[in-house]
Amino acid sequence: MIRVSNLSKTFTLHNQGAAAIPVMEGATLTVASGECVGLTGASGAGKSTLMRMIWGNYLAASGSIKVGDTDVATAEPRQIIALRRATLGYVSQFLRVVPRVPTLDVVAEPLRVLGAPADEARSHAATLLTRLNIPERLWSLSPTTFSGGEQQRVNIARGFAHPYPALLLDEPTASLDAANRETVLALIEEAKGRGAAILGIFHDEGARARVCDRLVDVTAFTPKAVA
Amino acid sequence: MTDQSYNFAYLDEQTKRMIRRAILKGIAVPGYQVPFASREMPMPYGWGTGGVQVTAACLTPEDRLKVIDQGADDTTNAVSIRKFFQRTAGVATTEATAEATLIQTRHRIPEHPLTEDQILVYQVPIPEPLRFLEPRETETRKMHSLEEYGLMHVKLYEDIARHGSIATSYAYPVKVEGRYVMDPSPIPKFDNPKLGDCPALQLFGAGREQRIYALPPHTQVVSLDFDDHPFQATKAPHDCDLCGASESYLDEVIVDDAGNRMFVCSDTDFCRSRREAGHAGRLTMQEAAE
Amino acid sequence: MKMEPITATPLLRVDNLTKRYGSRIGCADVSFDLWPGEVLGIVGESGSGKSTLLSCLAGHLTPDEGQVIFDTAGGPRDVLRMTEPERRRLSRTDWAFVHQNPRDGLRMGVTAGGNVGERLMAVGARHYGDIRDRATDWLGRVEIAAERIDDRPTAFSGGMQQRLQIARNLVTGPRLVFMDEPTGGLDVSVQARLLDLLRGLVREMGLSAIIVTHDLAVVRLLADRLMVMKSGRVVEQGLTDQVLDDPQHPYTQLLVSSVLQV
Repeated sequence: MIRVSNLSKTFTLHNQGAAAIPVMEGATLTVASGECVGLTGASGAGKSTLMRMIWGNYLAASGSIKVGDTDVATAEPRQIIALRRATLGYVSQFLRVVPRVPTLDVVAEPLRVLGAPADEARSHAATLLTRLNIPERLWSLSPTTFSGGEQQRVNIARGFAHPYPALLLDEPTASLDAANRETVLALIEEAKGRGAAILGIFHDEGARARVCDRLVDVTAFTPKAVA
Repeated sequence: MTDQSYNFAYLDEQTKRMIRRAILKGIAVPGYQVPFASREMPMPYGWGTGGVQVTAACLTPEDRLKVIDQGADDTTNAVSIRKFFQRTAGVATTEATAEATLIQTRHRIPEHPLTEDQILVYQVPIPEPLRFLEPRETETRKMHSLEEYGLMHVKLYEDIARHGSIATSYAYPVKVEGRYVMDPSPIPKFDNPKLGDCPALQLFGAGREQRIYALPPHTQVVSLDFDDHPFQATKAPHDCDLCGASESYLDEVIVDDAGNRMFVCSDTDFCRSRREAGHAGRLTMQEAAE
Repeated sequence: MKMEPITATPLLRVDNLTKRYGSRIGCADVSFDLWPGEVLGIVGESGSGKSTLLSCLAGHLTPDEGQVIFDTAGGPRDVLRMTEPERRRLSRTDWAFVHQNPRDGLRMGVTAGGNVGERLMAVGARHYGDIRDRATDWLGRVEIAAERIDDRPTAFSGGMQQRLQIARNLVTGPRLVFMDEPTGGLDVSVQARLLDLLRGLVREMGLSAIIVTHDLAVVRLLADRLMVMKSGRVVEQGLTDQVLDDPQHPYTQLLVSSVLQV
């Protein structure tokens, strides 16, 4: 489902004397449907960079990133937009939402953009929020006012609202208590069960051991010059 | 008897030809406002300078002129214009609608049906019906040329929103031959139905604004409205207190400090001729009884 | 669940659009495609040519060169070669324009209902009750209470005026909306409400929009794609989060790094 081959990435900092910083080289990995692959490597080795390149908000210098039939490395913006709507989900570490929008609608949004009726989308969102222990009295409030842990759970609910065939998870269990961690792991297992291809970054070793079928160390993709 | 120091009907021949050309253009394109080089007239703007110039361009020595102001032949405005043409054109005048060949009017259409031998000249203060909502002349000209008249209905919408019904009671906008939206001058909307299919030639002159427009005989004229708020030609729900007419447009006159009022025909010639023919209203019958 | 089909024809195709003011460049060689349902943000500092570009696209300015091809009901047409009546018709049916200053986009002497109803009447609506019902519905959709329908915009706050302007523009179901700094001049909290509203409307109506703004936070939340302008030229374009998170052009890098993180 996700097939990354020979991917490289260089940052050029024009405002710092056009310094060119190669950050990735020859990155290659695959994630099959129903499989969860964990990225490992020291901080700064390029785990998040790789995730962002697959998501499409970092440009690839060369190589290919196939998600389904779309090559994110070369696709038109509108193809990536379509990919993100229906196929590729992403739970980042940051919640970015329009202020003032109620939590319930934030979580329902991915279903709404796919054309689901408002009631249906909201009721599905409610189920997820309940599972993630977000008290119902908070659903009508904007998550921008929530604590870090609550925001993280809203972000997860939103990421799992639509059954994406491919999922990117960036530290989904960070800063969660035991019960919520358990729920998130269950959500990941359910997603795997329905055939989602999942690529994740898990610092939580127990979580990694439980849900990941394979690990890929991104240190192997670090350019030699830098390493 | 013509005052010899004036050219016939005051204006010089070249000016009258220029105005006639504008009139002909207006007749050729019913409802379209034709610009013309309006002249200074020996009367203030607002006193009918547009109508007077159109009348001057149309008059022949054989014409018989009638001038009315809000239906009346005897108000200052009517009298002074009538005298103006008596003096400068030496034409015959009349107060009888049926006898006139040219009628200059301010704010009314006579009750007596007009004929194809007659010309009705309207005095127009503001010829542009769209100005209420769109003050830019360049834009209103464009709206006319492109037939973009949605704004006219916004005006009527506002009327209903504020008053519950279309409260515009005079200068009620019309559409001419399905094309141009036109301001019929401040006639009461009661008179609007008479604009359409009229046998007489109707000419409109706006002196200050330098515009002439026209309705040739038997032109289709439709008052704008909404499907669920159709146009209604309203009048005071009374009969004339002097002649008893039930179908004429009435003026309301306060007669004393106690707030007593009477309703009389605004068309003085119509009212007088009915009384002469023996019709009577509430007050005339009272007087007769006393 | 219905999927947004990937159509073969862009809604708008702009080709080498150039506008000069004498020897000065307003905008030059601007080309892009806008696809149905897409929101395109145009960012750049004051004087970068973004407003000139928007005016050329919307037909308020005549460009010196280029094409603006819109996918009309009768197939793609170069808007710049349309007759004036055709272009004006387009601007009150398939197109809409939301001005930065609501006073430029509203009739301040006309009630809220009349403002919303004008476009309906312009395309032939002649039933007062229907016009009023649709105006009431639209006031509701932009969160203006129905009982304000007979108030004039002069009695409204800035945020309400802007929402009224949006209702007035969207009532005829346009397919393409041009917005010039739609949240400019509004308080931050009012901005957020407007952003939420716009996002919902874009989604529900399948609108395409071109939004000119200097506010990167606004485009991040509203725009699918982003175009960065400098000195009248497009220096970078792409997916919004890609341009903001991984800017390639020196100017974009400077622009993004100049924004205070909130």
